[in-house]
Amino acid sequence: MNITLKVWRQKGPAAPGGLVEYTVSGVVPEMSFLEMLDTLNEQLIAKGEDPLAFDSDCREGICGMCNLMIDGQAHGPDKEATTCQLHMRRYKDGDVVTVEPFRAKGFPLVKDLVVDRSAFDRIQAAGGFVSINTGNAVDGNSNLIPHDKAEKAMDAAACIGCGACVAACPNASAMLFVAAKVSQYALLPQGQPEREKRVLAMREAMDKEGFGHCTNEYECEAACPKGIKLSNIARLNREFLRATLVSE
Amino acid sequence: MKLESKVPTGPIEKSWDKYRFELKLVNPANKRKFKVLVVGTGLAGASAAASCAELGYQVESFCVQDSARRAHSIAAQGGINAAKNYPNDGDSIWRLFYDTVKGGDFRAREANVYRLAQVSNSIIDQCVAQGVPFAREYGGTLSNRSFGGAQVSRTFYARGQTGQQLLLGAYSALMRQVGAGTVKLHTRREMLDLVVIDGVARGIIVRDLVTGKVERHWGDAVLLCTGGYANAYYLSTNAGSCNVTATWRAYKRGAAFANPCFTQIHPTCVPVSGEHQSKLTLMSESLRNDGRVWVPLKKGDKRKPQDIPGAERDYYLERKYPAFGNLVPRDIASRAAKQMTDDGRGVGNTGLSVYLDFADAISRIGLDKVKEKYGNLFDMYHHITDENPYEQPMRIYPAVHYAMGGLWVDYNLMTTIPGLFCLGEANFSDHGANRLGASALMQGLADGYFVIPYTIGGYLTGHKLPKVTTDHAAFVEAENDVNNRTKALLGTKGKKTPAAFHRDLGRVMWDNVGMGRNAKGLQAALSKIPEIRAEFWKNVTVTGEGGDFNQVLERAGRVADFLEFGELLAKDALLREESCGGHFREEHQTPDGEAKRDDEKFSHVAAWEYKGEGKAAERHTEPLTFENVHIAQRNYA
Repeated sequence: MNITLKVWRQKGPAAPGGLVEYTVSGVVPEMSFLEMLDTLNEQLIAKGEDPLAFDSDCREGICGMCNLMIDGQAHGPDKEATTCQLHMRRYKDGDVVTVEPFRAKGFPLVKDLVVDRSAFDRIQAAGGFVSINTGNAVDGNSNLIPHDKAEKAMDAAACIGCGACVAACPNASAMLFVAAKVSQYALLPQGQPEREKRVLAMREAMDKEGFGHCTNEYECEAACPKGIKLSNIARLNREFLRATLVSE
Repeated sequence: MKLESKVPTGPIEKSWDKYRFELKLVNPANKRKFKVLVVGTGLAGASAAASCAELGYQVESFCVQDSARRAHSIAAQGGINAAKNYPNDGDSIWRLFYDTVKGGDFRAREANVYRLAQVSNSIIDQCVAQGVPFAREYGGTLSNRSFGGAQVSRTFYARGQTGQQLLLGAYSALMRQVGAGTVKLHTRREMLDLVVIDGVARGIIVRDLVTGKVERHWGDAVLLCTGGYANAYYLSTNAGSCNVTATWRAYKRGAAFANPCFTQIHPTCVPVSGEHQSKLTLMSESLRNDGRVWVPLKKGDKRKPQDIPGAERDYYLERKYPAFGNLVPRDIASRAAKQMTDDGRGVGNTGLSVYLDFADAISRIGLDKVKEKYGNLFDMYHHITDENPYEQPMRIYPAVHYAMGGLWVDYNLMTTIPGLFCLGEANFSDHGANRLGASALMQGLADGYFVIPYTIGGYLTGHKLPKVTTDHAAFVEAENDVNNRTKALLGTKGKKTPAAFHRDLGRVMWDNVGMGRNAKGLQAALSKIPEIRAEFWKNVTVTGEGGDFNQVLERAGRVADFLEFGELLAKDALLREESCGGHFREEHQTPDGEAKRDDEKFSHVAAWEYKGEGKAAERHTEPLTFENVHIAQRNYA
């Protein structure tokens, strides 16, 4: 089948950008969306033209590197799937598809469809950890953690840090990302000693990076490829309130 | 070149403790004077960088991805082994050690493997303490499952995302140090050369992938934690950015490359669907705990799987290996699948797949339980193939997955270049000729958390390391080499894309250096690879510029190195005239088609030394002796 793409092209952060139209022929249903872009790029390179710059790595939905806005939806139309897991069987011959980068103040553009998500790393460095040096651990079974708690923590920990929540949010808020990390540790005994300090530090870092606030749009949950639930944001708010009220 | 393994003598149970005690310590006040460069942020790199920084060293960490959280360790699904023996089913450090040496087909160093088994328990404790949400029983204790050819349940897991959770644990430890200012993190940087001064590793040359700027970094030690080379085969389960460049450039600066022909072909992957395919996806080996592998008894049987009655199916793993059944180690399961498809009994449009069937499991334990155990894997399969594995059997086929070979390292994880260490999949040390399931995560973290923090101190105190600066002639020379190479890639201005050359190489590798290897095929590969390489340097096209974000240039550089490395891999396979683990030479098999080792001639590590452009590499050997494990033909029947 033939697919017409309208793709955001921009040489660099300071350069002007705009949508450029391409037709990709020979697309088969088994192809992934990114393989379709590979096909286009191969054709562009062979013609000596600059191919589209886009990020991807594992191509199995777990590394969080791929990040495209496809027809206005972060990671495209499939529910709970990353861009690399979207397949062309979703489309039919003659379809026109618009491809843009994840846009947010906190994610400055690098080139074409590539953005800089290092803000997430800085938020993590502010408090997204348990302070335990190598070698200090007690036996893994000395802290009993109920099955349900462990499962809930795992639900939150499944975040891949792709930034779809930010891209989908009208406020470009990073609350779901921060909430997932805060929740994982708040639910586990290992997270307790730094519980208050962590949420305050991560929240401060999040604000500093220029992400917006949550106004309950629910877009983040709908876009999240890992099904991270909005209830984590409720927990984040509770944790934040708790940390500001309870102090030693 | 001398290969000194530095393996301690005496009883193996005490050797690591004794060795650690004998290693010299670095005074706490002196630690901050040493700078350690860590390349790669997978399990080995992130854990090493964090642990070294905790000890007080200055650390600089480098990765090609946009964040340290994305290295390909993240994709490991099944789990991590440890000899905790929580299930009370007869496990022990000794048994984990024994299984790993045997699983590796007696081609690993005993002392290294023993140490690995020994520290495995501390890894679990460390990860739990970091908040890794391992699966738990209702009473709150850690869950275990059996995995990958083990008869005990020693695998710890976090759903089908164990690698992700362990990596995020190591990443959180690393980011804590970044926040504390003890680690300087450089993302989107690719190491393009090693700087050796007076025979000692003193720095690296990296390219900033965003600006294209080439940078020099000095250090007192360099740790390569850069993963495996499975992408030499073009199609593999590895991520797109996995490459051999860092270790290959180190090889060309004097680090020996060991056992490159030991590659793992994983039995349960989603089959190839067409030419457009950019990568293959692994379906966790844990599926073999409940899924049954079969093909039709009759050749060319085109009926739907549901329409083939039980009596006309060949559950070939259960038939051939009744004791282990569907849980035989990876190399054996892969080879058996190949035998079936070679015999014309493969299924699917291409005939290049076999069934992995859950119908019996669903009727035995119920749909809900199957969903709970494997839901995310089934969804993944469904996404890729558009076939519902709850209703019809999965189709699977082997794919290149892991590199057991890598840079040769001694017991300290140091390469043949003093000051250059190699950790995780990038080194050759622990898995012999075949890696058991759930052992890669164990090794990556063992190296980073519990081996290098000790052995690096021994190196730094034991050597005189004069201060170096990045204007030293060796830095200038290495940077010039990198720039000249970039210029050559950009200047060729041919007609064929780097990816197309990669695909050509991959086809030669898969056809001739794949699951079944023979002298004729290997010789064919050895004549074809240099032809492709010569064509590459005449006809490759690389668009854009060096001083810019340029993914075509990145790819071209990696493919150029694979084109050199692939030849060494094939040569190593040709000279190892025996079958062992993942290396199956068709000339050397038992009457029933199993791998036949030649312990007389090949009970050794082959380590290759680079002798210069256009000169043949020299093959050195490190003999392997087995004093604790009874060496025998592997038997899983």
